Amino acid sequence: MPLLYRIESAPRERIAFELDGRACTALEGDTVLTAILTQASALRRAEFSGAPRAGLCLMGACQDCWVQLADGERLRACTTFVEPGMRVRTGAGG
Amino acid sequence: MIVGAGPAGMRAAEQLVAAGQRPVVVDEGARHGGQIYRQPPVVMRRERRDLYGFEAGRASAVLDRFDDLRSQIDYRARTLVWQIEANTLQLLHAGRNHGMHFDALILATGATDRVLPFPGWTLPGVYTLGAAQVALKFQGCLIGPRVVFAGTGPLLYLVAWQYASHGGQVAAVLDTASASAKWLAAPRLLARPAVAMKGAYFVARLRMMGVPLHGGVTLIRAEGADRVTALAWRSGGTSHTTECDAIGFGHGLRSETQLADMARCAFDYDPIDQAWLPTQDSAGRTSVPGVYLAGDGAGILGADAAELSGARAALAALEDLGIAPAEPQGAKRIERALHAHATFRRGLETAFAPPERWAADAPDELIVCRCEEITAGELRACARETGAREMNRLKALTRIGMGRCQGRMCAPAASRLLAHAAGCELHEVGRLRGQAPIKPIPIVMLHDRAPSTIVPEDQDD
Amino acid sequence: MTERATSESLKADVAIIGGGIVGASAALFLRRSGLSVVLLERNLCGAAASGVNYGGVRTQGRAIAQLPLSLRARSLWARLPELIGIDGEYVPSGHLKLARSQADLHKLETYRDAVAEHGLDLQITSGSAFRRAHPWLGEQAIAGSFCAGDGHANPRLVSPAFARAAQAAGARVIEGCDVTELVHTGGAFIVGDGRSVTVRSRWLLNCAGAWALNVARRFGDDAPMTSIHPGMAVTEAVPRFMDLNIGVEGGGIYGRQTARGNCVMGGARGVANGALYGVPTARSIAELCDRMAALFPALAHAHVIRFWSGVEGSLPDHHPVIGPSPTTPQLIHAFGFCGAGFQIGPAVGEALAELVHHGRSSVALDAFSITRFHTASSSSSTQGAH
Repeated sequence: MPLLYRIESAPRERIAFELDGRACTALEGDTVLTAILTQASALRRAEFSGAPRAGLCLMGACQDCWVQLADGERLRACTTFVEPGMRVRTGAGG
Repeated sequence: MIVGAGPAGMRAAEQLVAAGQRPVVVDEGARHGGQIYRQPPVVMRRERRDLYGFEAGRASAVLDRFDDLRSQIDYRARTLVWQIEANTLQLLHAGRNHGMHFDALILATGATDRVLPFPGWTLPGVYTLGAAQVALKFQGCLIGPRVVFAGTGPLLYLVAWQYASHGGQVAAVLDTASASAKWLAAPRLLARPAVAMKGAYFVARLRMMGVPLHGGVTLIRAEGADRVTALAWRSGGTSHTTECDAIGFGHGLRSETQLADMARCAFDYDPIDQAWLPTQDSAGRTSVPGVYLAGDGAGILGADAAELSGARAALAALEDLGIAPAEPQGAKRIERALHAHATFRRGLETAFAPPERWAADAPDELIVCRCEEITAGELRACARETGAREMNRLKALTRIGMGRCQGRMCAPAASRLLAHAAGCELHEVGRLRGQAPIKPIPIVMLHDRAPSTIVPEDQDD
Repeated sequence: MTERATSESLKADVAIIGGGIVGASAALFLRRSGLSVVLLERNLCGAAASGVNYGGVRTQGRAIAQLPLSLRARSLWARLPELIGIDGEYVPSGHLKLARSQADLHKLETYRDAVAEHGLDLQITSGSAFRRAHPWLGEQAIAGSFCAGDGHANPRLVSPAFARAAQAAGARVIEGCDVTELVHTGGAFIVGDGRSVTVRSRWLLNCAGAWALNVARRFGDDAPMTSIHPGMAVTEAVPRFMDLNIGVEGGGIYGRQTARGNCVMGGARGVANGALYGVPTARSIAELCDRMAALFPALAHAHVIRFWSGVEGSLPDHHPVIGPSPTTPQLIHAFGFCGAGFQIGPAVGEALAELVHHGRSSVALDAFSITRFHTASSSSSTQGAH
């Protein structure tokens, strides 16, 4: 179940990306965080407890929203815009 | 150079351009505006009134002005200043790092929410008030269809009203400050009557919408397994549980002072903000020649004051560089206007003081440092067993503040816990010393620099 | 531990200036031999170099003259919990010193042969056997010298714990005490902060680290010590890939991975940040990051969370000063560890206690005498360490 809830906005291009191996779509202008959390309820698992995390501040301060891509690259989800073909791994089972 | 493109940074740039300079504005964001006037991606085509409500006029004025001046400004978006050394900033942009020299540096780094957590705050769906606002403004999303807003501060009511006005269901607004505190603050709040009235308006509108508003609240726990489902709280001796899909919480704002620290500015404890802040004179000069402060990054005064202090700092920089400003009496006029803001600020802190009992009430199992997952119990045990009563010592022994956020989210809470455990005042436990990088940087960066030879280091203990 | 008494006049057999691992371990061992001790620390015990160093518990690579102390220290590290009550995250992980060229390999082999008869056993692997054993190392590593008895620990925990252990053993530990009063008169030392603390003792140990010349010179002793600022980096936690403590022949990078997964790396250079602190330079940080990426491919996508440095006293022959003052009886110096004091620290503390208690130490300290430099304070080659 998603966390974030879209409200009405102008129509935008769809962006195809991959979330934990599943083909998904986001909208142009979405951050990676929005792209993930409009269809899932976690971004990652905390390193030490394994508990699910979905960010806190949404402004690049708390550093809670780092996600990994399939190729190992790491990015901060709330300040990075989603791009076509991104392959995101949350390890959080959606 | 100016770091930050919120209202302070934008107005600083305006003054410098007016005096014939070409300032460099370094901004972590994708577009100018900072947080308060954060602009969504262009493709979202949102209306200013929809984004900024009552502030649409002010926002437009400063955002459009910056746009008009773009060709006269060297604006570096999506660029992080991660270190300062002597008169050089290290800038990271798109994986590429380079150093940039400054003759004058205006730090307009803004603020984040001050976080005093409650158990369960690490659950998905629990966000800060600032985050709730960013989700709405910047991404056209609510943090959930049914939201509880909690904590204290003017932002609490503003964000709750914004959500209610955009189709969100506000399950409750829970203010940890009491109603009586607001009455005490009333005289000072009248220093800015228009702002005070706006606050009253939000409260009235929320009431009319049937949103439950409660004061004098103690937050107990966010409940849920993999995501938040409810917030348990207490008021007047009665316990309550309010179901929700998300929680937005915060207890005022906290200045981002890492760059001032790195620039070796002197700091002092500010009892109004209950935080250590870089010292500045009335013009924004710090203890370091050539380094200036503006906006909420050096003490919380709000967006309108930030515009003023941004301009003021720029004027000070011009004066110190021997450059004539566009308007000779500008500095004095600005300082007079700033005075009302300071009075109002003291009123806000009385009305919306963070809960004094927070540290005493925090249970041992509360995670305080969410990066390193350190609990209140661990911090207390350290203070008890080692006699630690200083923040950097606490950090060394417990790892608090050693995670990715370097203490941004946990320092206010950890300081209060340490002071309480050590039986001393908040300012006596000191503050975490800042170190580069101020945010995590990739090990692999492209560099624009000449290689140098390795000096053999045959000691590696 | 911080004492803020209104005004105290103390008497002790031994006064120690400096609460780092050397001073604090000396205090502990002195208490164990029944002597009374007052330890005076300007800031917080174990917060300077002793608390911010890399954490290498390493014998390999030391000059032969330091081996007896270092090997003696090993037996102390092995019983750390008994000494200080915590394990300090000490892991006997071994130390692998890498060769990145044939010339490096030759140096490693030469060292191995030289130290073999001094009790240090090193195993060198190279070629395909080496690459198979350590596939996680960057290609530039072609061989390595492994020292099984080495390891690493967490200096932030260990060093303050020595001071707490000394206090628990009955030493009087006074933090926040900046010693300005330093006199030797009538067979006794009078040391104090000129405000609230005065100590009268028969012996004085100068364990003031990079600032030890401030003490030494008051008694007419001197040494050509300068300050160096080794720079460190720590990454976010990454999946475990490294169990060894890594160094390289020729220097420039050393690294280890903690149990939680963070990688602690050193090899950068810093500059002073005021009198008490150090900070790495941007250029050396950039170079260290490049070396990290090259040597540890597993870190290709990792981020650095924090850089830091400290202040270490350094002497031109890369050996510390340990031993009695030639000018002042019952004054003993122990400082200038050149960035390599953490592992030998406890053994130095023990040796200092032996010097006081027995008049001699079980480990020979002649190579570290301050008399190997000019001792007159008018020496032209000295440079103050602040």
